[in-house]
Amino acid sequence: MTLANGRPPLSSSSQTSGRAAHHGADMLLEIRGLSVDYGLGDQPVHAVDDVSLTIRRGEVVGLAGESGSGKSTLAYAVTRLLRDPGVITAGEAYFYDWPKGSYRANDGDGLDESVRSANPTGAAQPRLVDLLTDDRDVVRAVRWSDIAVVFQSALHALNPVLRIGRLIDDVLKTHEKTMTRAQRRARAKELLEMVGISADRLNSYPHELSGGMRQRVMIAVAVALHPSLLIMDEPTTALDVVIQREILEGLMELREHLGFSVLFITHDLSLLIEIADTIAVMYAGRLVEKAPAKALFRAPRHPYTYGLTRSFPSLHGPKKVMAGIEGSPPDLRKVPSGCPFHPRCAWAMDICKTEDPPVLTLHDVSGSREVLCWLQDGRHEVPPELNQVPPTAGTAEALPSMRGRRP
Amino acid sequence: MNVGEDVPLLEAVDVTKHYRVRVGRMGRSIVHAAENISVALYPGTVTAVVGESGSGKSTLSRMLARTQKLTSGKLYYKGEEVSLTKRVPAEYRQSVQLVLQDPFESLNPVHTVRYILSRPLIIHGLAGGNVEEAVLNLLRRVALEPAEQFIGKYPHELSGGQRQRVSIARGLAVRPKVLLADEPVSMLDVSIRLGVLNLLADLRDRERLAILYVTHDIASARYLADTIMVMYAGKVVEVGPADSITNAPAHPYTKLLLSAAPDPDADEKVWPGAAGSPPSLVQPPSGCRFHPRCPYAMPICSTDEPPAFRIGDLHTAACWLHEPAPLELSQPGHTASLTEGPPASGEST
Repeated sequence: MTLANGRPPLSSSSQTSGRAAHHGADMLLEIRGLSVDYGLGDQPVHAVDDVSLTIRRGEVVGLAGESGSGKSTLAYAVTRLLRDPGVITAGEAYFYDWPKGSYRANDGDGLDESVRSANPTGAAQPRLVDLLTDDRDVVRAVRWSDIAVVFQSALHALNPVLRIGRLIDDVLKTHEKTMTRAQRRARAKELLEMVGISADRLNSYPHELSGGMRQRVMIAVAVALHPSLLIMDEPTTALDVVIQREILEGLMELREHLGFSVLFITHDLSLLIEIADTIAVMYAGRLVEKAPAKALFRAPRHPYTYGLTRSFPSLHGPKKVMAGIEGSPPDLRKVPSGCPFHPRCAWAMDICKTEDPPVLTLHDVSGSREVLCWLQDGRHEVPPELNQVPPTAGTAEALPSMRGRRP
Repeated sequence: MNVGEDVPLLEAVDVTKHYRVRVGRMGRSIVHAAENISVALYPGTVTAVVGESGSGKSTLSRMLARTQKLTSGKLYYKGEEVSLTKRVPAEYRQSVQLVLQDPFESLNPVHTVRYILSRPLIIHGLAGGNVEEAVLNLLRRVALEPAEQFIGKYPHELSGGQRQRVSIARGLAVRPKVLLADEPVSMLDVSIRLGVLNLLADLRDRERLAILYVTHDIASARYLADTIMVMYAGKVVEVGPADSITNAPAHPYTKLLLSAAPDPDADEKVWPGAAGSPPSLVQPPSGCRFHPRCPYAMPICSTDEPPAFRIGDLHTAACWLHEPAPLELSQPGHTASLTEGPPASGEST
C-alpha cells in the first residue's frame, strides 16, 4: 500500500487500465475515482472526493448521507446534469447500455447468482457510454431512456401548465418517434395504471394531484421508456410516512416487473435497510463504507456508519438512551485533515488526523465490503462495536424486506 | 403560586379550531383543522402528538401557544381557566414557549446569538443585571460550549443542530414552565437529531418542564415521550403511555402509522388494507373520520362518531371496535380482531 500522495491505490479489483474495467455480465454503472468541486480558484469545495461505486443490473443501491455529504452531487455528475459552478475534476463514469429486454429479474431476489448463471444473458453485449466525456448528445440520448432520474420535489419538477397526459405524451414523442398518437395515449394510460393512478387523471393538472400522486406520476414518467437504471434523489422525503411506504412498495413491485436497477439517494438509512441490496454511506464527499445492506446495519465497520445505525430510535425492544453522533457535519470549505470524520470519532488515532484512510476491501460471511478507515487496516485493534458478526449472505435470518410483499 | 405535580401546568379541554377559507370567488367554507381536543401537560413529562400532515397537530400547538385563536374550548393554566377574550396575560406568554420546526427561518439572520438571546431577557426583566452572563448560562444549558465562542456568532455561522439549540435557548430564556416543540428535529441531519431529543429529555428531568413534542415520527415519540397522543384528520384517535401505544396499538390508524414507519428491527409488517390518504377537512367523513380507509370498518363507524373507549390504564382509543360489549350479549372476538389480524370478511359488514 503506497501512501506517497496520501491516497492509497484503489482496491485491486478496480485497478484495470483502459476504458471498460469490468466486463462482468451484469455491470450497469461504474464510477471510478470521481471527484467534483464547486467553484474554482483558491478555495474550491470538494463536494465529491474520489468516490468509486458500481451498480449491477437489477441491483438496488442505496446512497446514504447527510446534507452536504455529496450524494446528490454524485448523481448530478454521472448524469451530466451538474451545473456551474460544479466541476468534475477527476474520475470516470461508464454506463453499460445493454440491449433492451436482455435482462429480466426473477420473481424473488433479482440478484440470485444461481438464477443468473442458469439464465445467462446470452450473446447480448453492452454498448459502453462514457458519461463524463462522450458527446453531450450521446449522453442526452441515454438519459431518460436508459437512465431516468426522479427528484425530490415533484411539484417543482412537473410543469404546472401541462396536463399529466401531455407530459407523458411529450416524453414518448421525443424518444419513441415511431409511436402513433393513439399508441402514445394508450401507453400513457397504461403507465398511470401501473403506478396506481386511474387513467382519467390524464386530464388533470399537477396541482390537482396530491403530493404522493405527483411523485407517482414522476415515477410513471421515469419508467416510460424502460430505463435500466432509475436514480431517485430523496423521492419520498417530503411525503408522509404512510404515503412513503405505499410509493416504495409500488416502486419495488415495478422493479420486479421491469427489472431496472435503482440508485436510491436518501438521508434516511433506516429506509434503505428495508429496500436496498447494497448501501453506500457518504460523509463529507467521501464514500466511507459500502456493504450488503444487512451487513452494514447489523455489523457496521466504519465509526460513522456505526453512529448512524444508532441515530434512529427503534419501535421495539427496551428503551435505551442513544447518543447519535457527537458534533456536527463539517463545513466543506474547511474539511478536517486526514479522515474527515476524525473530530467526531470516538476511536480517532493520531494517524487519522494526518493521513487519509485507505480504501480497504474486507471479506466476511456477508460478502465483501469497502471501508475507508484506519482501524480496519489489520494493524490496529478493532473495537468490538466495529467488529460485530455480520449475518451470513443469503440466510433466512434476513431483515424484513419489501420484496415480494403484496398488498 | 405553587402547584403540585399532580395538577397539569397547562390543560386544554375540547379545543377546536376551524379555519375559514375562501373557495372560488364567492364561496366560503370551513376547514375543520382540530376538533374537541383535550390534552393535559404535567411538569416533568413529555407528551408527544403524532400524526401526518393535516392531522391538526401543529394547529394544536399554536392554540396552546395562543398564537391562534380558539374557535371553542377552554384552556387552564395551573388549574385556572384562562380568559380567551382578554389580552394574553404576561405570565402565560412567559411561561408557555413555542419552538418552531425550521431553525433556518426562525432566527433573525442579521443579529448575533448574543442579541437574539438577550432580547427576551431584557424585555421580561430577567437578566438580573448581567445580561452577558445570563446569555452565557443559557448557552451552557443547551450544551453550546464553550459558550464564549458561540455568543458572538451569527445564525449562518452555526450548523442546523446548533441553530435549533439557540432556538430552544431563546424559548428557555424567559424561564418557561411549558415548552411546545413543533417538529423540532425534522429539519436536522439524522446524526444530530438525537442530541436535540436528549436535550429535551434532559430539560424535562432536570428542570421539570412540561413538554409538548409534536412530530410525525412515531419512533422518536416512543423514544422521548411519556405519553403519546395520535391525531388523525383533526381528531384524537388514541392516547396512552408511549409503550402501550407502540407495543399494543388499539386504533387501526395507529397500527397503520406503526406499520408504515421505517423500522429495520421489525418483524414482517402487513397492513391488511389499502392505505389511501387522509380526507378533506372541509367535508370530513361522517362518523369516524378514519372509516373510509379502515379495513375493520363496521356500519356504525360511518354514522356515529366513536367516543374514547378505555383500553387500559390511561390508555383510550376512539374506535367502535373497543366498545365494551353488554354483559349478557357479549360478542366474542369483537375486540380481539385487532390483535389477530383482519376480521373475516363477513364480520365487518
